[in-house]
Amino acid sequence: MPDVNIIRTPPASMYRDKEGMGIWPHRGKVAAVGIGHAPTARRWDERPETSVGGLSIFALRAAMADAGVTPDQVDGLVVVPDTTTGAYWPAGKQVPADFLAMYQQTDDPLDGVAKLSPEWIIKNMPELVNLKVAINAPTCMSNAVVVAAQAIGDGLAHTCLVLKGWHNYVGRYYQGGANAEPTVSGPGKFSAPWGGPACYGTAQQFQRYMYKYGKTHDEVAPFVVNSRRNGLLNPDGYWAQHRPEQLTADDYINARWVAKPANLFDNDIPIMAAGAYLFTTSERAKDMRQKPVYFMTTASDRTRARGLALTLEEVEEATASTGRKLYEGSGVKASDLDFENMYDGFGLFHIFHIEGLGYAGIKRGEALDLFKGDISIEGPNPVSPSGGNIGNGRTRFWLHSDSIQQLQGRAGARQIKKPVEIAVSGGPTPTGGNFVIWSKSPD
Amino acid sequence: MPKQSPVPDDLDRGFWEACNEERLVIQHCSACDRLQHPPLAACFECGSRAGLSWKPVSGRGTIYSYGVVHDTPVAAMQPEQPYNLAVVQLDEDPGINMYSHLPGAPIDNLPIGGRVEVLFETTGNGQKVPEWRLV
Repeated sequence: MPDVNIIRTPPASMYRDKEGMGIWPHRGKVAAVGIGHAPTARRWDERPETSVGGLSIFALRAAMADAGVTPDQVDGLVVVPDTTTGAYWPAGKQVPADFLAMYQQTDDPLDGVAKLSPEWIIKNMPELVNLKVAINAPTCMSNAVVVAAQAIGDGLAHTCLVLKGWHNYVGRYYQGGANAEPTVSGPGKFSAPWGGPACYGTAQQFQRYMYKYGKTHDEVAPFVVNSRRNGLLNPDGYWAQHRPEQLTADDYINARWVAKPANLFDNDIPIMAAGAYLFTTSERAKDMRQKPVYFMTTASDRTRARGLALTLEEVEEATASTGRKLYEGSGVKASDLDFENMYDGFGLFHIFHIEGLGYAGIKRGEALDLFKGDISIEGPNPVSPSGGNIGNGRTRFWLHSDSIQQLQGRAGARQIKKPVEIAVSGGPTPTGGNFVIWSKSPD
Repeated sequence: MPKQSPVPDDLDRGFWEACNEERLVIQHCSACDRLQHPPLAACFECGSRAGLSWKPVSGRGTIYSYGVVHDTPVAAMQPEQPYNLAVVQLDEDPGINMYSHLPGAPIDNLPIGGRVEVLFETTGNGQKVPEWRLV
């Protein structure tokens, strides 16, 4: 293994989580160039090459090839160690022998199957001979993206791979385990006995939203229909690859409830997937195969619920603050955003995200009015042109991939028809997320 | 409702013991005169540990919002579906909220802003938990 400095937890100083920090010092000096997506699947078929480790290697190599970068040019790696969709490797089940034969193992027998460490990637990608730094960025691609951008800006690396992989197994997620026990310990004891599913928090916020602004769940339909349409225009997405089915407003309105007012299509579908990016300095990006897309700023939210349940008002303050941080750090105004790819898994909180940004001139309570107009890629105010998790399956990276591809002008059938210069993407949830303003130009 | 039974630990034993006596208490920081819930080892606002104690509250509140659960991953609750799941704000501090099934209330027909009061429900291991009813 090369002598790599492994940073287990990104320091707080890597995040722009406060207002008043001014223009991001690395504005326009860091660029996204390459993108790699592995093929998707609904669940792991237990072949080694389709494990989350195998898919991740595929995506990382694809991102380098896409950027026209050779592995020896890469000196940084940011890995999201968490890969579960909510599916857990069954206790006592052996890892398939074919997997063990194909890949080098770390001390953790589930590395590459149910999680990913930088060590696993380093051991199994010996071509990364000049790697100097590897950073664990927990939970989410958006975290990895802002950490990688900051690392490059700070000079920790000049050419950095960024990775998020996902595993999904047979069975329904979050079933079994602690949820099947008669007792509950730890912090969950104040919520688990009441049995709210994962989308419940967003559902109760949206219930309050409807009460506060006089809206209905049916009014969300155009957004979900548009997201599936956009997703089906993404050849890398799950629905396009496996179930190319358009969704109608009636399909959405009549879908079964999970936690009313959140239904099946307000939830995303868990899948096997891996996505990787190649980021570098703006200087080095000039010589690469794809056009650079520049980071104008990053921003992060660290809101913590005061009570057990995060309220709509707490969410609204958080998203407004995220908007202010993004605009302050980038020098960009809300009216400069040509499109938005804010996170959507759960679909309902996409509404809170874009109202916080003031996207397309909307104010609080107006997102569903925006959805009544043309939010397609052909229209003046494209909403979620990636299709997001709702249109592509749960990865939390389609949003960034699409922002980069749209600004590079290579989003294919999803390419927004009007000229685009500035984009925003990030997530996951409205609180606790990490966000980016992207630009076609470094200035 | 056949809820999972909370198992108290050193951090929250005061809360759960009070529940067993049918009293609702919330962790209070005397250093900054602030309630917090769920309990923490130190005040989230000022970091004080010594100032933390259990403060009785009235057991009255309002419904902030709610959902109706149709597909829970919690096995014990699956036979009860669909069921109400409300967020209740305490009168003493609306920033403090708790979950409730609102026993006795009609499914999917709850008044946001409606008044509620606490009651206590016994779970499988004998531990009581706070619940709320419309008043």
